[in-house]
Amino acid sequence: MYKYDEIDQRLVDERVTQYREQTRRYLAGELSEDEFRPLRLQNGLYIQRHAPMLRIAVPYGMLSSKQLRKLADIASRYDKAYGHFTTRQNIQLNWPKLEDVPDILAELATVEMHAIQTSGNCIRNITTDQFAGVAPDEVVDPRAMAEIIRQWSTFHPEFALLPRKFKIAVSGTKEDRAVVQMHDIGMEFYLDHHHKLAIKVWVGGGLGRTPILGTVIREHLEWQHALTYCEAIVRVYNLHGRRDNSYKARIKILVKALGIDAFKSQVEAEWAHLKDAPNTITEAELARVSPHFAPMPYLALADEDASFDVAIASNLGFAAWAKRNVHAHKVPGYRAVTLSLKPHGKPPGDATSAQMHSVADLADQYSFGELRVSHEQNLILADVKVSDLLSVWEKARANGLASPNIGLLTDIICCPGGDFCSLANAKSIPIAEAIQIQFDDLDYLHDIGNIELNISGCMNACGHHHVGHIGILGIDKDGSEWYQVSIGGSQGNHASLGSVIGPSFSADEMPSVVQKLIDVYLQERTAEEQFIDTVRRLGIAPFKAQVYGEKNSAQNEVAV
Amino acid sequence: MSNLIQLTNGAAHIVDNAWTLIKLPATQVEARKQAGKVVLFKLTGEKTVTETQVANTVIPANGKLIVPLTVLIARKAELQTRIDANEIGVWLDTHEVLETLIENQANLNALPLIAVHVERCADGRIFSLGVLLRTRYGFKNELRAIGDVLRDQLFFLKRSGFTSFAIRADRSATEAIASLNDFTQPYQGAVDEVRPAFTRYNRAG
Ligand code: SF4
Repeated sequence: MYKYDEIDQRLVDERVTQYREQTRRYLAGELSEDEFRPLRLQNGLYIQRHAPMLRIAVPYGMLSSKQLRKLADIASRYDKAYGHFTTRQNIQLNWPKLEDVPDILAELATVEMHAIQTSGNCIRNITTDQFAGVAPDEVVDPRAMAEIIRQWSTFHPEFALLPRKFKIAVSGTKEDRAVVQMHDIGMEFYLDHHHKLAIKVWVGGGLGRTPILGTVIREHLEWQHALTYCEAIVRVYNLHGRRDNSYKARIKILVKALGIDAFKSQVEAEWAHLKDAPNTITEAELARVSPHFAPMPYLALADEDASFDVAIASNLGFAAWAKRNVHAHKVPGYRAVTLSLKPHGKPPGDATSAQMHSVADLADQYSFGELRVSHEQNLILADVKVSDLLSVWEKARANGLASPNIGLLTDIICCPGGDFCSLANAKSIPIAEAIQIQFDDLDYLHDIGNIELNISGCMNACGHHHVGHIGILGIDKDGSEWYQVSIGGSQGNHASLGSVIGPSFSADEMPSVVQKLIDVYLQERTAEEQFIDTVRRLGIAPFKAQVYGEKNSAQNEVAV
Repeated sequence: MSNLIQLTNGAAHIVDNAWTLIKLPATQVEARKQAGKVVLFKLTGEKTVTETQVANTVIPANGKLIVPLTVLIARKAELQTRIDANEIGVWLDTHEVLETLIENQANLNALPLIAVHVERCADGRIFSLGVLLRTRYGFKNELRAIGDVLRDQLFFLKRSGFTSFAIRADRSATEAIASLNDFTQPYQGAVDEVRPAFTRYNRAG
């Protein structure tokens, strides 16, 4: 992974000094609440329901074991000894003290980490595929370009205060796992006819109140121009995006208001001036950054391993885990492993300090000292030998990290919701927990198969409910908490937004609502179909009939 | 004491302000200044300044003046001799369209000063306006940030081509100066240093 040089290190050190001074002025009354807000937000610090929440950047989801140990120690020292991994591949601390944040940042800087631009109206953390560099279907490893974009976007003076947050995702695989269509800018790297690195650029995607999938603004962009082309897009947005209404301030609204053709012609007109400007990426820079993401020193191994086969045949628990939590790898004899942060009945995405330490140990012992955070809020060991899988499973299991539910119904994506977030309409974590408990039968879960259930506590959609096969959205009705259910959403190459099935439900009803949706699927599915396929084939009508059939819907009608 | 910071050859000093800012008289018409320009002008054709305001703006007979963009354009003939005498600068709001200045004042460098007024410190349009004035339109003279100008935006303003900063009256310009140098080695090229770190230094080292 990327290692800082002097320039990188000095920048984060200077950031600590700057933020310490800003905090001091705020506490001394020299900065008003309103003036301090954008400053602290650009440093990931929210004032939440119970305490501040600090979001720490994990660039494109890559972490070293050393960094994870530091996070564990910080969580123990300054918080309640746990952290929450987010759908943007970052980590959040839910209980730090505002006055402690400068010290936390100073600690982070010692392991090449920071909280720069993890919130606020600026360019946020760049995200990508959690299997970058190891996925068999990868065409281009996008991480070097992600790092170059990260550096460009860090304290970019022109784009320091945009109308609204701005998210960029990059991918380099045939099967998109970085949800590039859901981002303000999505970049899909590929090799063109001349075998040159090129980019397909999407713009104007995003969830939130007005979910829209991105549109292609350029089919082919030479890689050297990635930064100047982004500058053209973000400049048009910075000047013309709305600032009078934060719900209409994302770039997607501008793209929609102008139409993609008019938007594109403005961007191209800007770019005509910016093309080949000094921010054009040089061969030398790509050559400098790329080796940081060079393949690990893999051993030459057979792809099969006898001891693994024996263990699979004799150990049902291990077999179930291997089936769900172990993923293909481009190098023979290696696999990627997902350590589940979704044990049934616990908040999705949370890891205790003790768990972080044990994951760091696993990474050191079995996976070259590195790991990744996935946008599904799990942790990944990307380079595990097949012959080590059994040991990894045993140790992960001992630490509550081996729930064999990856990609299954209980691998729920869930935002912090009403337990922590001051914007929430409703709690989300207890809903996830109740559903996990309702479906706490592994054979049954496997029978249901691949399905994605996403929960957000409000329209801001941090839990990506629009693109869940089943999406659950917390809404507020006269001060009480209700849940709206949609089905048919999907991420990936065939991304789609879910359709709401009808009036909302109370928290108590949710496990049985999900149960009924699953019942319809199990009854109607053909041999090949996953849940999403059945929904696509039948539409929402039969699901709706089942869910509302026995329910006195008038009683619970909610206008939304 | 003056609250104006000026950069000369990279060094920042507090200097006296030689310029008088001319404001438009108040109006009853409520302007939607935070709406994007596209929404505001190209789609709705709305204007934010009325002709009466422009006509009623009082222009003192002497001294160096920074006049509103709309006044410069509408009353150019009246101002021309003073423009020639280097006594007229112009200011625009972040929601105004820069191109109208360019269309009406082909030789920008005939103006010794352009100021951009920012109503709320979190309005980042000021940065793009600075960058465009410097890089696209070749403005070489003093570029001043006025309005809700606070120290935590100074580093970005400097990098976007601004060379003077009228710090909000209730804050100390002396303290604010330090923030011009919050970071010593920025990553990306911008107006003040066009080369990004990767061509400025041999990072491969
Ligand atoms: S979706 Fe809403 S409730 Fe959930 S974390 Fe985001 S803002 Fe908070």
